[in-house]
Amino acid sequence: MTVIPLGHFLLLAAMLFGIGLAGVLTRRNVLVLLMSIELMLNAVNLTLLAFARYRGWTDGHVFAFFVIAVAAAEAAVGLAMVLAVFRLKRTVFVDDLRLLKR
Amino acid sequence: MPPPELILFYVLATGTLVAAAVMLLPSTGRNPIHSAIALIAAFFCLAGLYAQLSAHLLTALQIIVYAGAIMVLFTFVIMLLNLTPADMREPRFAWWKVAGGVLGLFVFGKLATVITLATGGEQPINLADPMNTPLGSVRDVGRMMYTTNLVAFELASVLLLVAAVGAVVLAKKKLDYVDAPEPSPARTHLHRNVPAGTVLPHGADADPPASHGAHH
Repeated sequence: MTVIPLGHFLLLAAMLFGIGLAGVLTRRNVLVLLMSIELMLNAVNLTLLAFARYRGWTDGHVFAFFVIAVAAAEAAVGLAMVLAVFRLKRTVFVDDLRLLKR
Repeated sequence: MPPPELILFYVLATGTLVAAAVMLLPSTGRNPIHSAIALIAAFFCLAGLYAQLSAHLLTALQIIVYAGAIMVLFTFVIMLLNLTPADMREPRFAWWKVAGGVLGLFVFGKLATVITLATGGEQPINLADPMNTPLGSVRDVGRMMYTTNLVAFELASVLLLVAAVGAVVLAKKKLDYVDAPEPSPARTHLHRNVPAGTVLPHGADADPPASHGAHH
């Protein structure tokens, strides 16, 4: 007998996505920004896996796998860019990086 | 007395939400290493939720790839940056912070409305029924991945290779051709210890020109 409704998982994923979105919009430290993006990707993964379980689709698992792969690539490149920018400008704040704004 | 699965779900969900909130709080999140540790805790709780959804492969991947590889990368970069407290100052209050929080809440509210409308009248299905066998084992996901999604799988491996090469190219030190004609021992001093404009031996400038004006 199932005891956890599908909506529980979906609501939790929506909360995590909202927290991640608020983090991207409110924090200015680029490291915390990247972490918030990882949190949003995880919220999407939770939604995919919940639907996969309750609807009997394996596609959700495959899609979540690809999300993890893309997240790993994004974190690697993003953190390398953070390192390069920090060497050049000595800052981790996105507000300080406005070379294109003049 | 609620069933144990539901209790476990609530414990894991609360842990995930608390860890995610701790990641964002300005008091704890000012130092990015605190955010990273909170996010690792959130990822472990999420792995437990994936296990509840009988996604065995994704549970293992969540711990190995997310809590392992990605967050270790984050902590390594945080340690490499070696931030001083002056580097971590962040405005305490600003209008866009309020706007961002409100927008996050708004998006959650919209999603919650849709979810409640879509799943409100749904009868809970019996997951223990043989008709509803779990599909998240390594065999099921692997069969799906190596047959239907083989091209996407190979493309993902190419993407990871390109990302690894790109990360190495982006992050490697470019000391040789920035300002020093030959590799000089003076460049091994961190330039934050040397006043800007100091002429070092071998004619190497203490600062690359691009970092002028970025000192605090």
